[in-house]
Amino acid sequence: MKLADFLSSPFDAGERSGPEDRIVMSSRIRLARNLTGHSFPTWAKKNDRVKALEHIRPAVESLPQLDGAFSSSLDELNSMEKQTLVERHLISREHAAKGAGSGVVFNQDESICVMINEEDHLRMQVLKPGLQLAEAWADVDALDSALEGKLDYAFSDEFGYLTACPTNLGTAIRVSAMLHLPGLVLSEQITQIINSVTKLGHAVRGLYGEGTEAHGHVFQVSNQMTLGESEPQLVERLGKVVQQLIEHEENARATLLESKASTVYDQIGRAYGTLSNAHVVASKEAMNLLSLLRLGVDLEMFNGLDRGVIDELFLFTQPAHLQNQHSGKLGAEERDVLRAKMLRSRLKKVKRPHLPKNA
Amino acid sequence: MKCNVCKENEATVHLTQIVGEKMQKVDLCEDCSKEKGVGDPTGFSLADMLLGLGASQEMEEASGGDLKCPSCGYTNADFKKAGRFGCPDCYEAFSAGLEALLKSMHKGLTHTGKAPVRHRGAGKAKRVKTLEKKLEQAIAAEDFESAADLRDQIKTLKTEAEGVEE
Repeated sequence: MKLADFLSSPFDAGERSGPEDRIVMSSRIRLARNLTGHSFPTWAKKNDRVKALEHIRPAVESLPQLDGAFSSSLDELNSMEKQTLVERHLISREHAAKGAGSGVVFNQDESICVMINEEDHLRMQVLKPGLQLAEAWADVDALDSALEGKLDYAFSDEFGYLTACPTNLGTAIRVSAMLHLPGLVLSEQITQIINSVTKLGHAVRGLYGEGTEAHGHVFQVSNQMTLGESEPQLVERLGKVVQQLIEHEENARATLLESKASTVYDQIGRAYGTLSNAHVVASKEAMNLLSLLRLGVDLEMFNGLDRGVIDELFLFTQPAHLQNQHSGKLGAEERDVLRAKMLRSRLKKVKRPHLPKNA
Repeated sequence: MKCNVCKENEATVHLTQIVGEKMQKVDLCEDCSKEKGVGDPTGFSLADMLLGLGASQEMEEASGGDLKCPSCGYTNADFKKAGRFGCPDCYEAFSAGLEALLKSMHKGLTHTGKAPVRHRGAGKAKRVKTLEKKLEQAIAAEDFESAADLRDQIKTLKTEAEGVEE
């Protein structure tokens, strides 16, 4: 089956909602697993990788959770399709660079995805909208237990699950939440917050664009340490950090509206003005402005615009999703023109923002 | 500014990550950043990259020379370069110096989480024993901070064991 036919539309993807999704865009838990008697994928010879894939892929496909899933070897996907999967958070950028001997399997609503022969033999993730860390852990735990009966995992009584990189050793778990924090950014508290979160042993990264720069005021918080604590402990601790971040973000928004309301309304109004009228918009600019629009939606400044549409547009401004609407590859400048055109037409029916009722 | 990895191309990707009290900065060119998976939030950690480099030297010193994994042929020079192991057996082959490496990365040195069914029971008892030994050592060395951590880990393991039996 072709990827384009299987993948849900960006509209449906944007419509997914969950608890606390005003601030928490999604929750994700990833487990790494390896097989005994096989070299890790980056060290294995190509033949061995292909053999390992042939062994692992049917086992993954046979899981009830992945009944009717999309499954492909990476050499069967073109670069645009791979980039699309990266933008959907289904595969890593590193995995997208792989070819024969690596694979990907994911289900219809994209909530379960297994990367085969990325850095480890298996990287399975459960992705849920909003704040649903405990639910994500329950699902990925069940997936892992089902797979355990079919594959011989590399496990040490002392060190736990053995991984290619020692930073993942033990539980081999990465618990993360994607957060939209415009209030903390606009009130210039974000650096301080990031510092205290990292002191607790968590990593904070930007999500979109290059490196760790947080385009669109989106941040990803995840655990750093994997050995010496159990999975439920790690899940609970990250959950507490996220709860605190939600509180800080809500406070920051409230304070901003008290002390600098005009500045906030001005920024949201200008973001709307630019997005609905510009003819050339780079992806970084688009994400930052869409983030302000999202804040405007949270403040109930827009009639007939909901968060789902913003999240859909977030996805649509990404290079591969943008080009999927257009036949053929585009240069960066042509992309910026097409992006602006898409944004103008999508926002055409959205009326300009008004002041919140209680302002 | 030149790229920190290839040292040839102009660096266009600048990363800053704060881990604990330390701020780490890396400048990369377009190609190296792609190779390192920068921009991918799940696969990339600056700490991995930097810790791997520093810690492997420690491992080399502890082992006192060249080591090779009998199962996959991976050497400690390879580890120094990649910061990753070659196969599951490498953890045995490079066990010298591993403790120092893991200490710099993790909360504890013994797994207390989920285990495959065939490793439960006997495996768990073994882990509790290992931890209890370490606890004794920590108390003898008057390292009470580690001792408190170890006591918590033992408690976690034991309560989980009971949970399974119920």
